[in-house]
Amino acid sequence: MTLSRLADDDLELLLLIRHFESALLDLFSEGKLHGTTHTCLGQEYIPVALEPFFRRSDFVFSNHRGHGHYLSRFRDPEGLLAEIMGREGAVCSGVGGSQHIRREGYLSTGVQGESLPVAAGVALTMKRAGEDALAAVYIGDGTWGEGTVYEALNMAKLWCLPLVVVVENNHIAQSTATEKQMAGSIAGRASAFDIAHHLVRGNDINQIRDQLDSVFAGVRTDSSPVVIEFDTHRIGPHSKGDDTRDAAELARVRDHDWYPVYERQYPAQFRAADERQRELIDTVVSSVESRPPSRWDNP
Amino acid sequence: MSTHERVSENLNRALHSAIGADEQLYLLGEDVSDPYGGAFKVTRGLSSSYPERVLSTPLSEAAITGVAGGIALSGGKAIVEMMFADFASLAFDSLLNFASKSVAMYGARLPMHMVLRAPSGGGRGYGPTHSQSLHKHFIGIPHLSLFELSPLHDNHDVLERMLTQGEPCLFFEDKTLYTRRMYRDGRIDDLFGFDYIDEERNFARIFIDGYQGSDVVLIAAGGMVERCLRAARDLFIDHEISCQIIVASRIFPIDPEPLVPVLSSADLVCVVEEGTAGGTWGSEVAHVLYGRMWDELPGRIELVHSKNSIIPTAAHLEQDVVVQTADIYRTVRSALHA
Repeated sequence: MTLSRLADDDLELLLLIRHFESALLDLFSEGKLHGTTHTCLGQEYIPVALEPFFRRSDFVFSNHRGHGHYLSRFRDPEGLLAEIMGREGAVCSGVGGSQHIRREGYLSTGVQGESLPVAAGVALTMKRAGEDALAAVYIGDGTWGEGTVYEALNMAKLWCLPLVVVVENNHIAQSTATEKQMAGSIAGRASAFDIAHHLVRGNDINQIRDQLDSVFAGVRTDSSPVVIEFDTHRIGPHSKGDDTRDAAELARVRDHDWYPVYERQYPAQFRAADERQRELIDTVVSSVESRPPSRWDNP
Repeated sequence: MSTHERVSENLNRALHSAIGADEQLYLLGEDVSDPYGGAFKVTRGLSSSYPERVLSTPLSEAAITGVAGGIALSGGKAIVEMMFADFASLAFDSLLNFASKSVAMYGARLPMHMVLRAPSGGGRGYGPTHSQSLHKHFIGIPHLSLFELSPLHDNHDVLERMLTQGEPCLFFEDKTLYTRRMYRDGRIDDLFGFDYIDEERNFARIFIDGYQGSDVVLIAAGGMVERCLRAARDLFIDHEISCQIIVASRIFPIDPEPLVPVLSSADLVCVVEEGTAGGTWGSEVAHVLYGRMWDELPGRIELVHSKNSIIPTAAHLEQDVVVQTADIYRTVRSALHA
């Protein structure tokens, strides 16, 4: 694998997400986090690659594995960590936690497939407003088991809605390999609804953007849905220490990690940025940890 | 306004004025467009007047409800028609885990203006999957309000109330009401009149002229009005038992305060509903009333509901399961004699 050189800002964001997720797993092993979380280790490049395509007026829907999506849109590690830890400054007062977050133009929910029809509804109002805005939904390969995905795709195509379905196909749904839970393919399923499908391989952010530029423009101008499938790899556990993949499989998955590859190719740029983001996250962790509990005025 | 307006016409007119008055209000459902106008013709004319916002959908109850949630999330409002209330089971996740939960789960209150209309109840021989009153399955969900169609509550007011609630509402519409007439001007017939006991007009009260106090108070929602009226008439003529009938528009959550003065002077309180036995609306109402006015109640609150059974199709079998006038009559008589 070789990667093209990234703009500093992209690299910093990529590393911000990596260190944020690593810090969460550390906090869990230290017993400092309550509940559960799902990290996106290995998949950070997807929301970083897509971020320039989203406008303020767009609506991004995320899922259980959403920290990278949130950080790309808002660059707010403090608010997110406070939310996950239930501390003052939490984005949603600590009520939603890791997988239920709402901010302007952004929402995540914890039930698979549930957000796709909601996004279609948002896209319906956007289309009527005629401002070229779009709704984007991050889902996984496992989400395709849910019936609401098909109900929503059907309506999105019938009604020509500006809806982008971003599939992070990491080939494993929690612990079940995708080939054991999905007959056929994602491309085939998109094709059944006559919806355009774009497969993105590799994790070179610049190349991905070149490939998708016209796709996003098309959704806005033609107001029609698309499915963008990322062939990706989750190098961490589904949640916390629940990875059942064997050593050989894990080694194969880690071969796809952008982190060591980029470090090898661009050592000077990488190390400076890596150090900065590691320190930033350390500061965020100690700041948030020392805060009082969040307060909620239950409506 | 004609005093002879049918309930479905009143609801249709209310939908027309709501959609006409609010550019951000959508209506979605299966077969709601003209010329069909919905399985019960309640949406007739709407798609012709507002083609951009009144949309016939595929058979996708879960996703239609999700789409409505998306419209609400965008700051708009949405009304969804379930062709039959029975199919609201398919929309349960969307209502429970998205629409109602979103009001609170993101820390600050998020208004969600949406109404799910659900034609419910038996009496028409539609059989086990098209005749249910599923109210009980939706009781106790935080930030979900339940309303019921009523011939005593003008749907313009009810619809406005539901659409400004800031929380999703489920509107049960007893199918047998659609062809009935709305009651107007405080008059039911030669024997009964009605008024409202609270400023919000949530609770209508039907009474026998000249009997402001009464022996029995029946608490019900719109779908049971006809059966309660017949039972009340028979009880009065046969035994001079005077009944008042309280008809609730919003049935959950229940605010017991307006009911206290009415119930505290009665000899018997009885909650009547069409839902089947077990975890009923009536038991929720009774629980609330026990908590609020245990010492003032005349005794145990009687609950009348359908049998613990699926609802059969054949008329004679359906009548045996679904609450009839005679069940109300019998319960009142035996409770008063106990």
